[in-house]
Amino acid sequence: MGREGEVMSCSRMENKILGYVDGRLRENERLEVEKHLAGCAACCLRVNEFRAVSGLLEELPMIEPTAAFDLRVRARVAAEPVKQSWWAWLIPAPRVTIAALVLMLATIWVGTASKNQPQIAQEDIPVLENYDVLSNFEPLTELPQPVQADDGGQQQSPQM
Amino acid sequence: MLDVKAGDEQSFTLLLHRYRSPLVNFLYRMVRNREQAEDLAQEVFLRVYRARENYVPSAKFTTWLFRIATNLALNSVRDTRYQRMEISLDAPVTVDAEEGEEKTLDIAEKHQNIEQHLVEETRKKMIRHAIEKLPEKQRAAVLLHKYQELDYGEIAKILQCSESALKSLLFRAYETLRVELAPLVAQQGKS
Repeated sequence: MGREGEVMSCSRMENKILGYVDGRLRENERLEVEKHLAGCAACCLRVNEFRAVSGLLEELPMIEPTAAFDLRVRARVAAEPVKQSWWAWLIPAPRVTIAALVLMLATIWVGTASKNQPQIAQEDIPVLENYDVLSNFEPLTELPQPVQADDGGQQQSPQM
Repeated sequence: MLDVKAGDEQSFTLLLHRYRSPLVNFLYRMVRNREQAEDLAQEVFLRVYRARENYVPSAKFTTWLFRIATNLALNSVRDTRYQRMEISLDAPVTVDAEEGEEKTLDIAEKHQNIEQHLVEETRKKMIRHAIEKLPEKQRAAVLLHKYQELDYGEIAKILQCSESALKSLLFRAYETLRVELAPLVAQQGKS
C-alpha cells in the first residue's frame, strides 16, 4: 500500500482493478483505487470495460448433469474394492488358518524338544564308528548265536 | 466430509447433490465437451471417496474438491489438445451438440422470436469462444473466480500459485476477454 496522500500508479492498479469491480477489496484498498480513478481516465475506462466483461460472462447459461450422472457415480463407488485390515485374510478360511497355526506350533515344539535330548560325547564317536574295534570286542563274541529261521520257529534253550 | 470419512454413506450423497452441478459446469467450461465433463466429474467424486479415510480438513473442502477437478481438467485438456486441433481444422464452425442443448433450454424458457434468439445465440457463442481461447490456467482462474465465486486465497491454492500471481493471471485473462469481446463490451457500455 502506498504512503498516505500518495496516489497509486496505474501499474499497481492491475492487481486491484478486478477486486474493485467485484467489490472484493478492503475498505482502505477501495478508497485508494477510487483516489487513483479520480485522476486517471484510462483506468476509469478499463474499470468500465472489465465491468462489461464481467456482465457478459454472467450471460452464459448453466448446464445440468444428466439423469444418469448420480447412478454412474454410485456404480463406480460400489465397484471400488473394500479396504481390509492386515488380519482380515484370516476370516475367509479359518480351517486353513488353524491348520497352519498348528503346523507352526508343532514345528517349534519339535525344534525345542530335540535341543533337550542328551548329546553324544564327541570323544565316543571315533570308537563307535570303528567297525574293527566292535567286531573284535571280546564280550560281544561270547554272546549266543542268533536262532536260524529253519528251526521250525522253536526257540533253542541253552544247555544246562 | 468428516461424516463421509466416518463411513456415513448419506453424507456422501449430500456431497454429490451439492457439488455435482458446480463441478460439471466448471469441467464443461474447461474441456468444452459435456460427456467428457461428466466423466471427469465422476472421477472427482470417486477420488474424494477413495481419499475419505486420509482426509485432513487442513483447507476448505471446496478448495480440495476444485483442486482435484482442476488438475484432472488441465491434464485432460493437455492430453486432447492435439486431437482437438485436428478436429477444428476439419470441422466447419457450426452449432455443436452442447450448444444445441443450451439453445433448446433457452427457447423453452423465453419464447423469443427467431431474430432476437439468433442475436442472443451469437452473443453467447462469442462469449463461449472467448473463454475457450484463454490459456488453460487463465481459463481455470476466470471460471473459479466468476462462476464458483471462490476467494483469491482459495483459487491461488487450487492453482498452486501465490495470490499476487493469481491477481496478475486474472488481470491478463480479463484484458484478453476485453479485446476478444470488444464489440459486445462497447454495446454493454452504451446500454
